[in-house]
Amino acid sequence: MQNGDTKHIWKLLDLVPDPEIPVISVVELGVIRDITFADRFFTILITPTYSGCPAVKTFTDDIKKCLKENGIRNFKIKLIYSPAWTTEWMTEKTKKKLKKYGIAPPGETVVCPQCNSKKTQLISQFGATACKAMYKCSDCLEPFEFFKCI
Amino acid sequence: MSNLFKYTLRIADSSLVLGQRMSEWCSKGPTLEEDIALSNIALDLFGQANGFYEYAAELDGSRSKDDLAFKRNEREFFNHQLSEQENGNFGTTTVRNFLHDAFNFLFYTELASSKDEILAALAAKSLKEVKYHLRHSSNWLIRLGDGTNESNLKVQEALDFLWQYTGELFEMDEVDNDMLDNGLGVDNIQLKIKWDELINNTLKKAKLKRPIDGYMATGSRKGIHTEYLGFLLAEMQFLPRAYPDAKW
Ligand SMILES: [Zn+2]
Repeated sequence: MQNGDTKHIWKLLDLVPDPEIPVISVVELGVIRDITFADRFFTILITPTYSGCPAVKTFTDDIKKCLKENGIRNFKIKLIYSPAWTTEWMTEKTKKKLKKYGIAPPGETVVCPQCNSKKTQLISQFGATACKAMYKCSDCLEPFEFFKCI
Repeated sequence: MSNLFKYTLRIADSSLVLGQRMSEWCSKGPTLEEDIALSNIALDLFGQANGFYEYAAELDGSRSKDDLAFKRNEREFFNHQLSEQENGNFGTTTVRNFLHDAFNFLFYTELASSKDEILAALAAKSLKEVKYHLRHSSNWLIRLGDGTNESNLKVQEALDFLWQYTGELFEMDEVDNDMLDNGLGVDNIQLKIKWDELINNTLKKAKLKRPIDGYMATGSRKGIHTEYLGFLLAEMQFLPRAYPDAKW
């Protein structure tokens, strides 16, 4: 890719799934902050969700693999910390995908992804991955994960 | 070595050492949920340490971030002595972390407006996570302090013991002063006022008595530590020292 079509790169990266929540892409997760083209090189700026998120290494490798498979070799990936990642970057469409997958999306009220009840209770502030907390529905009694707001 | 390097390294060391302590809880938590919580906190702290070490290595120019974490001896570590204290029972860990989280929360809040862009960015990122840690440790402190006689006794004992390690959090040496004068670092004296308020409020809710300031341990800014750090480092550094070319 010599013409520097960054839109094309965005499209490709939108095909790379989040390693921990495969129904959303790394673009939808908001970890791709910018893609620029200069001196024949694409620079992809990425930011971690949480400082210690082990998925960063995995999705960095996945991004490299995806681009190489599509014949793109003239790129560098740069990790940045500012602005710090926030769930506010997540679109409504992405939130719907999370809900369908069984994860309550970030928001002020924690709504049960199974029965839509707002009567839910916190089981633990932490979950199986850094970005989630554990809740239980008081109506349908199903336990579920909530994508923490940060 | 520049003061900026030393300052960054101190922050990294405290995060790494406390992270290592928290990782010791992995598979030993009182409940499954708590086990996951404690391990998650460890992971956040390692992540924060990673960022600060990366920056410190860049400032240093000759050592890598792994060199800094794994190839320095006890006397070359500058973490707060509070962070190296043993986990003890769950109450001890709760108290240690609460005291440290409260400090970290206020410290990163201030550091986020440092004139050094990288320190500010790392602080802003860490702050989001530390807020969450503080909520976790405060909730447990209140639950245990305002729980049974037994749980109250255990956290009060831990608080009385660990109090001596809170003094040095707020010391200012030539590095701190230089960083502050240049708009890069934090005024720990001012921080103490806010910390006292935060601590007092939570201790009141937890029905715990604030210990009277007595002997205060000091020395971590010069690499002086309690006996526990050496053992912690021996375990943490064993693999990269025994197999220097190991990759993971
Ligand atoms: Zn439900």
